Amino acid sequence: MSRPGFVLEVDERTPPLLVHEGENFRLERLPHGSRVIYPPDSLPGIKDLDGAIRRALLNPHGMDPLPELLTPGMRLTIVFDDLSLPLPSMRSPDVRQRIIEQVLEFAAAKGVDDVELIAANALHRRMTPAELKHIVGERVFRSFFPKHLTNHDAEDRENLVHLGNTHEGEDVEINRRAAESDLVVYVNITSTAMSGGPKSVAVGLASYRSLRHHHNVHTLQHSRSFNDPPNSAMHHSYHRMADLLGGHVKIFTIETTLNNDTFPSAARFLNKREWEWNYADQATYLATRRGNGLLKPAMRRRLWHKTEAPYGVTGVHAGAPSEVHPLTLKNVHRQQLTEVDGQADVAVYGLPYIGPYNVNSVMNPILVMSLGLGYFFNLYVNKPIVREGGVAIFYHPMPNEFHPVHHPSYIDFYEEILAETTDPAVIEAKYEKQFATDPWYTHLYRKSYAYHGVHPFYMWYWGAHAMQHLGEVIFVGADRKTAARLGFRAASTLNDALELASHTVGTSPSITYQHMPPLTLASVR
Amino acid sequence: MSSLALEYHRSPGRFLAARGLSRTRSRVGGTLAGALAPLRLVRNGDPELPKGDGWTRVSPTLSGICGSDLGLLHGTASPYLGPLTSPPFVLGHEVVGTTLDDLPGIAKGTRVVLDSVLSCRVRGLPPCESCQEGQTNRCDHITSGHLAPGLQTGFCADTGGGWSQRMVAHEEQLHPIPDSLSDQRAVLVEPLACAIHSVRRVPIPPGASVLVVGAGTVGLFTVLALRQLTEAGSIHVVAKYRHQQEKARQLGATEVVEPGRALRAVRRMTSALAHRPEIGSEFLLGGADFAFECTGGSSGLDTALRSVRAGGTVLLSGMPTAGADLTPLWFRELNLVGAYATRQREPGGPEEDTSSDFAKAVALAASAPLDGYVERYPLHHWRQALEHASSAGSAGSIKIAFDLSLEG
Repeated sequence: MSRPGFVLEVDERTPPLLVHEGENFRLERLPHGSRVIYPPDSLPGIKDLDGAIRRALLNPHGMDPLPELLTPGMRLTIVFDDLSLPLPSMRSPDVRQRIIEQVLEFAAAKGVDDVELIAANALHRRMTPAELKHIVGERVFRSFFPKHLTNHDAEDRENLVHLGNTHEGEDVEINRRAAESDLVVYVNITSTAMSGGPKSVAVGLASYRSLRHHHNVHTLQHSRSFNDPPNSAMHHSYHRMADLLGGHVKIFTIETTLNNDTFPSAARFLNKREWEWNYADQATYLATRRGNGLLKPAMRRRLWHKTEAPYGVTGVHAGAPSEVHPLTLKNVHRQQLTEVDGQADVAVYGLPYIGPYNVNSVMNPILVMSLGLGYFFNLYVNKPIVREGGVAIFYHPMPNEFHPVHHPSYIDFYEEILAETTDPAVIEAKYEKQFATDPWYTHLYRKSYAYHGVHPFYMWYWGAHAMQHLGEVIFVGADRKTAARLGFRAASTLNDALELASHTVGTSPSITYQHMPPLTLASVR
Repeated sequence: MSSLALEYHRSPGRFLAARGLSRTRSRVGGTLAGALAPLRLVRNGDPELPKGDGWTRVSPTLSGICGSDLGLLHGTASPYLGPLTSPPFVLGHEVVGTTLDDLPGIAKGTRVVLDSVLSCRVRGLPPCESCQEGQTNRCDHITSGHLAPGLQTGFCADTGGGWSQRMVAHEEQLHPIPDSLSDQRAVLVEPLACAIHSVRRVPIPPGASVLVVGAGTVGLFTVLALRQLTEAGSIHVVAKYRHQQEKARQLGATEVVEPGRALRAVRRMTSALAHRPEIGSEFLLGGADFAFECTGGSSGLDTALRSVRAGGTVLLSGMPTAGADLTPLWFRELNLVGAYATRQREPGGPEEDTSSDFAKAVALAASAPLDGYVERYPLHHWRQALEHASSAGSAGSIKIAFDLSLEG
């Protein structure tokens, strides 16, 4: 039986606590009385995963078993989540590979020849062949790539189809092949409560024309949080779109959830609570920190991005998206939810080296902001862990560094737009369309490995709710000039940060540290 | 009567030393290059009035230090210009001063600015084809006539130059200025007229996108002229230093970018495609309609050539001191246009052209927000002045000028 999540109150017996800061981490002594939110212990993974997948496909929720949906001559499209999930990447074989292989076996047995595999990368960068191979496995890759295993291209006008508008006027435009298929099988990993469900097809296979209806400042500011779908305007929009999609496309979804085995055994201490570290963990911590310090930045990054997680799969559910997703969310909550009493004056977060958009890439300053004020701040239900007008303290070095191939529009966003304003609403009104329709960014998105021109805007909007909610944002260890460009303050140490924060929350603030990764979803009462 | 003058003399040793040091591109190198420049402060008799009518002595009040002066002193100017000068000569062609002799239409004691071009008429020659058309800056006779060779005042042994207490000028070169125009603004008239000339070299259609590379005096005045005399659309300015960036915005730049961002900014402005070769910097397919190269440097020219759309135009406003890869010129069928000094009038225009480059410049010098552009030095502090001028950008300055009134 795994222990549930809990909230530690720091006292004199509490050891220094681990805080992630990019490709490194530190042990930090928090002031006495600070609270620390830990996730539940990692749940046991399903032992017979292939059997569980088979059972899910044969006993779906709200739909006929998969084999009964397959007929000779039909058009079958298998769509799968891209490399932004999970984080870090899953040790091979990826659960998507296992599912896809079984789906293909059923299809072959039923004489289905017209099969296409599409990565649901929306406006994310195309995956390289190696990255695709990692997700679908060698056998599937060799059989389908390149002609029948592709990345979704949200700018290929000929291969998009506009299915209509929701009753709120939202355009629903998705990949033509999927829209015109007899059956879409969606293979998902739900690693946070925001993912999966109505989001999968409506977002993963959509175009900018469709995405702009929910990826905008207004929606993000009214998604509290976007990890709490009932209270997320973004998810309300997804649902409206999914309802419309449901009238046009038959979708059989397979959703999976993972446990919190986020780091491999070589870095086991990162998965453990500090007071449970044994001598080997302490030695590994010291050695890892020392090694990190000795490595050149590029080598250090490469090493960390090669790290694959030995996740266990905690659930596999298949069938109609609307019936499957609530079961998936329950599993996510079982692994991530921790009850927290009340909000604090100051929230503390350590930001790790990886987020959804820098896999095998550079976490540039905008992605740091998005990870902190977007993803981490929004890992709550009910209320943020920090009160309105409070202070958020993040740890990250925030170097002024960009991947020129993956993030070309981010560079211009940082250099030109953030130099003028950091107000998400102003940025959206004045610049979004320019970037979204810029032919060079479009060219690089389609032909190179670049995120779409509009992507940095979405990352900025991701933090819009936090920016509105917080009185002050401080980054510990950040490059001062870079932090200032983003409109934030930099501090060298936690004490400096608290000193800066004292102008907003006084000299004896209540502090809550949301200890991540592994991911923790705070349910704040 | 003797007068003080800063004289340039031929000194191959100093020329080479200055050239070597200036190539270090360091501030110290620039300082030493200035100190080693083949200049000497001399007391001469007043320059003699050349033969012919229309000459007067002029007592300069302020005389600016131009990029072309520094190019000569640092040894970075092209040897091409060598035969067009007549050492020893007194530098200084951005001049505001007072006439000391009566001329028809210009009474003794009139405050004037100088059009430095030494054309056929000034030289006592029948007009060449260019001079006949009023394009005196293209005069073919700048080495002939009764003056020593000199592409303009400031490079000619017989006229003296503005870096002195006395010089001579021909009535054709003189433009009286109103009392309301301060000396500090008047000394900017000549570089402003040059900028006006450069934006008039080619027709700039309404809405055209323009890149101005450089935001020293030439670049800033080009922005001003573009905004005042054309209906150009967006004007992107490459400016290295903060004060230059602020001034460029004040004069009408749409956007100001640092040198490393120039190409990307133009790409965004014009929705062009950018490509990076394996060696060398990025270039655009698409790009600005026009680029004004106002630095004189090779990287500025390179940026301009790589940022202009196919069939677009690159104007050389600054005196070029180095070359660049001309592949874009060939491949994109660009127009490369020079813009030297000023012309007297539009070809076919009236003799007294109220819209001449100088007439426009006098008006603009009075109305534009140009306060604080000039910093002054007495002539005997010429080393410090040249050092300051060599690093004007990093020192937060725009125009350094000699103030001859400080010599007593």
